[in-house]
Amino acid sequence: MAFQPVKFYQTGTFTVGNRLLAPEERSVQADMARINSLNSGHRACQGCGEALGARYAIDAAMRSTGNRLIAANATGCLEVFSTPYPETSWQIPWIHSVFGNAAAVATGIAAALKVKGHAEVRVVAQGGDGGTTDIGFGCLSGMFERNDDVLYICYDNEAYMNTGVQRSSATPPGARTATTMAVGPQPGNCFGQGKDLPRIAMAHGIPYVATATVADLRDLEYKVARAMSFHGARYLHILVPCPVGWGHGSHETIRIARLARETGLFPVFEAEDGEVTGVSKIRKPVPVEEYLRPQKRFAHLFGRPPRIDIIAGLQEIADRNIRRYGLLDSTD
Amino acid sequence: MLDQMEGSRAVAEAVALCRPQVICAYPISPQTHIVEALGEMVKSGRLGGCEFINVESEFAAMSVAIGACAAGARAYTATASQGLLFMVEALYNAAGLGLPIVMTVANRAIGAPINIWNDHGDAMSQRDCGWIQLFAETNQEALDLHIQAFRLAEELSVPVMVCMDGFILTHAFERVDIPEARQVDAYLPAYEPRQVLDVHEPVSIGAMVGPEAFMEVRYLAHAKQMMALERIPEYALGFREIFGRDAGGLVRGYRSEDAEIVVVALGSVLGTIKDVIDELREAGIRAGVLGICCFRPWPMEAVREALRDARCVVVLEKSLAVGIGGIVATNVRTALAGFAVAVHAVIAGLGGRAITRSSLAAMVRAGVDGSLPALGFLDLDRAVVERALERERRTRRSGPIAENVLRDIGVVAARIA
Amino acid sequence: MEKPFAITLDPGSSLANRTGSWRTSRPEYVDRLPPCNHACPAGENIQGWLYHAESGDYEAAWRELVKNNPLPAIMGRVCYHPCEGACNRGRLDESVAINAVERFLGDEAIRRGWRFAHGAPTSGRRVLVVGAGPSGLSAAYHLRTLGHAVEIHEAGPLAGGMMRFGIPQYRLPREVLDAEIARILDLGVKLVLNAKVDDLLETMRAGRFDAAFLAVGAHIAKRAYIPAGDSSRILDAVSVLRSMEGEDQPLLGRRVVVYGGGNTAIDVARTARRLGAEEAILVYRRTRERMPAHDFEVEEALQEGVMMKWLSTIRQADEGRIVVEKMRLDDKGFPQPTGEFETLEADSLVLALGQDVDLSLLQGVPDLEIRDGVVKVDSHLMTGYPGVFAGGDMVPSERTVTVAIGHGKKAARNIDAWLRGTARQLAPRHELASFDKLNTWYYSDAPKTVRPVLDILRRQSTFDEVVGGLDEGNALFEARRCLSCGNCFECDNCYGVCPDNAVIKLGPGKRFRFNYDYCKGCGICAAECPCGAIRMVAEQI
Repeated sequence: MAFQPVKFYQTGTFTVGNRLLAPEERSVQADMARINSLNSGHRACQGCGEALGARYAIDAAMRSTGNRLIAANATGCLEVFSTPYPETSWQIPWIHSVFGNAAAVATGIAAALKVKGHAEVRVVAQGGDGGTTDIGFGCLSGMFERNDDVLYICYDNEAYMNTGVQRSSATPPGARTATTMAVGPQPGNCFGQGKDLPRIAMAHGIPYVATATVADLRDLEYKVARAMSFHGARYLHILVPCPVGWGHGSHETIRIARLARETGLFPVFEAEDGEVTGVSKIRKPVPVEEYLRPQKRFAHLFGRPPRIDIIAGLQEIADRNIRRYGLLDSTD
Repeated sequence: MLDQMEGSRAVAEAVALCRPQVICAYPISPQTHIVEALGEMVKSGRLGGCEFINVESEFAAMSVAIGACAAGARAYTATASQGLLFMVEALYNAAGLGLPIVMTVANRAIGAPINIWNDHGDAMSQRDCGWIQLFAETNQEALDLHIQAFRLAEELSVPVMVCMDGFILTHAFERVDIPEARQVDAYLPAYEPRQVLDVHEPVSIGAMVGPEAFMEVRYLAHAKQMMALERIPEYALGFREIFGRDAGGLVRGYRSEDAEIVVVALGSVLGTIKDVIDELREAGIRAGVLGICCFRPWPMEAVREALRDARCVVVLEKSLAVGIGGIVATNVRTALAGFAVAVHAVIAGLGGRAITRSSLAAMVRAGVDGSLPALGFLDLDRAVVERALERERRTRRSGPIAENVLRDIGVVAARIA
Repeated sequence: MEKPFAITLDPGSSLANRTGSWRTSRPEYVDRLPPCNHACPAGENIQGWLYHAESGDYEAAWRELVKNNPLPAIMGRVCYHPCEGACNRGRLDESVAINAVERFLGDEAIRRGWRFAHGAPTSGRRVLVVGAGPSGLSAAYHLRTLGHAVEIHEAGPLAGGMMRFGIPQYRLPREVLDAEIARILDLGVKLVLNAKVDDLLETMRAGRFDAAFLAVGAHIAKRAYIPAGDSSRILDAVSVLRSMEGEDQPLLGRRVVVYGGGNTAIDVARTARRLGAEEAILVYRRTRERMPAHDFEVEEALQEGVMMKWLSTIRQADEGRIVVEKMRLDDKGFPQPTGEFETLEADSLVLALGQDVDLSLLQGVPDLEIRDGVVKVDSHLMTGYPGVFAGGDMVPSERTVTVAIGHGKKAARNIDAWLRGTARQLAPRHELASFDKLNTWYYSDAPKTVRPVLDILRRQSTFDEVVGGLDEGNALFEARRCLSCGNCFECDNCYGVCPDNAVIKLGPGKRFRFNYDYCKGCGICAAECPCGAIRMVAEQI
């Protein structure tokens, strides 16, 4: 079952709400009485994509579970900005253990709930890209392989932001971070094989894997709801731009996420049992340059002379995604 | 019920009687038989209401236990050696969050060089991580301590490590008395968590705590362990009432009341030492033994009371704090500060080296005649280490130490040379 | 539960942390002026009424519409809709068919018999309106709604002015015109027909009027000197169109030449075709691009077989033939004679060279300034004589029905203020919601709905309405194509995209409020507001 966009002439699926939609068709975020799982007063930076993505995802999961949800959180920005003593922003039962074990902690919670007969209570684990693709990778893979009843959500901002913007295995090639400085003949992050966690998750054959961005709320909410309709291990990878780490305006968070999708650099799709079942088509194709230019982490690519070779390399990645997932209608 | 069985099996039986709800298993010798047995019990249905989870590492094992415990389940795991070290971050976390997890540590040496045999290097490395550490002398005590451990952990909301010597206990077939389920149920109330992840009463567990409160949080962890010093003897007494035998407690003396020389030790080696003491007593030497059952929290008062009247104390240590010597001895010296008692540390049995009665007897005699150094090494092959040291002095690229030593003592010389 | 100290915290307790103090700029909700509203000569709140139409509440939409314009069914047909030219959607795909939706609403109102709500309590003041054209009717409606007694004195036999006597039926069916006029009269407006006002001040004295609004249309055809034979048949466009409303239809013959390039010229040529002329030739001295007539009207005329002779002037008219001279445009775009001549066969020549207003009623009114055939008025549409206002064709302005209706409204509001002894204070205009203020990503692609058009045969032989209306389905579709430029349409984007939950949703129709206790001023709400209804303002620090 692919995502059914709202056929609506004025604003379609794209806005958060729509006063003309039937109540049951409205997004969770449009609800006047939405839960705000991540409450105001958190200490995320201005325009934080992760704060936004986390509220989107957890609120949606709360709706799917009738507010019976427990979250395990990896160390990272989300954890630090949401729960500095003496205040927490979480309105749901939530636990933070250490950096690399959110998936395993969630497994333990799920096991406890099962054995205690609370089958109706569901578990999410969440972490940033570092906590997911690097240090938490072992626990995550184990959770996948055992098919534990956990939805793992990765909020991917493509570097270790909490520690001051260092490279992670989710950092894109060419990007400047504090540990991949924009100096020397190969400035920024190296071109590697890439660590495509959604596809690695799919390779585990788990029931559901999906990607989403904070730029497309209804798609994100659909994917959370879809994920919660399965039992077993599920993985949701959400792109959440970081104004500080990426060097774009705090007001541009959603625009940048949108460009990531529209360039093809961040393919938005879903997969069940290891097979792709749905793809969000690119609506208005744009070259990667349009995505790269507004971000200071790529500023060195546009110096004198511009690094056309690196930009072309990134465009190649986008083109490969477009081919692989059929992101353009013409590639169907 | 009396039965003859492997120590690991006995522990598994005890753990099963405690009705754990989540067990995380990751294989590492010499602990593996315990979780194998438990896995079989869960799989067969003998141990019901329990999730047995095969995790991908010890770090995950402790993490799963953290999640399970925080969600209100009685959680158990077992590990040893490298495995214990691999879960260190989670160990501190479980203690910091006050999660009453019980874990068996089948004590084993830590590499390099890699070594699967028994010593206390693993448990000693974690002495300050916030877990309570109980050391079993026998398989029966290992069994009994697990039952006490769950009670203690859950009462204080502190994780407890039950340490038992790898192979020496875990793989030894001995007669043990397996309690009745009703006895255990009478002793160990259902797990009532101090805090729990509950959708009806949501809380955030694991906040980031800054300078304004971190000291207090750490102090409270210390205060809790101090409370354990009172609870542990109580629970040992309560245990005796229901099960009819002694187990646990803080320290246990043997012929130590009038002893002028007391050997202090932890774990299974106490049995051997007692035999030696008996022989020495026969020979007119007023020797005694003090077994430390509870190493963390450190039973300062109990140790002081037991040793203050001795002339000489020899702490037999199955671990080496490289660069200083004895860990237990250092603790004992702290307890005896201000008393005119000579405390000697003797490092023994590292990596499974046999601790013989004759060597122990010689050690005690040396203690009596004043020839025992402050730090000694039982049955250390001086010639080998001298050769190695000489080689290193001579040649910068002198090669790997362990392999050189093996060649020196002739174990693999034929093949290497 | 008793929670362990510091490591375990109460849910949602971060509310104690007022992150609003981080802010260096703050978002504010604004209403910007949509370009359609800005471009509308009648000052319609187009975005406002489309908003109601979007939800299918057509009556609410109509009521919002008639706050500014009481003649939507007429305007939905004859307005040249500058709004659509300004519509921001035109830069996305195609402009919203505002005019078509307006007509739909107007027709719905007639079909369903919606009446105007009675307005303010009776003021006891009396206002004379001279002329029952669009401007006069508009003024009468507004004045009546404001509580004043209104009497319209109309020189002609029927109300409607140029809407009746200048616009052919195929563009404006008369039952529509009648229905909308009747609804205004139903408010209690008194209409006196065949009552040409010759002496304004006397009429005001006699009728005890406190103020007057002059809205006489330009009914006098401009003439041009064309040497003509005795038996040549030369008529003027105003007369031709006027006579269409009478018993006797004009006799134009088989071949008709129309001289002029405005909409009236087109109207006459198309009327001639419908009256049976085999040839209707429009002669205009410049090029098609320079014709004052609207291009769509030229196009419709061409479709109906009207022929065009551009760059031509008529030099001589004789019986059965007309001599035209070819022209060329000089550097400045003015037509210059070439000396090349051509003869056209023609049974009649209709001159459509513009119209003048009959200003005779103003004789004897002091302090009036008349220049170029129109009356000078101040910014309140008041003439030099206190209490006498004027609008529509009588004042310097573009002469369209829409402008006339706008004048009627403006004059009515100024008259009302004048009667109350105050001057009308206009609220400062909102900033224009220009295209760059929008975030158009959020609007789906939706091309404009094409209105049905009468088939060509019937267009050449009957006076049936050429352009059809929208049905409800496509009117709704069209309404929903509105981008709501500059005005919140409650899409919930700001409410959703705030990472700090600092937007409070107030409920349907109540919009939103910022919670400045937590707003960090990131600006995402403003950036992602589709319609540009949020602006960022620097904080005073």
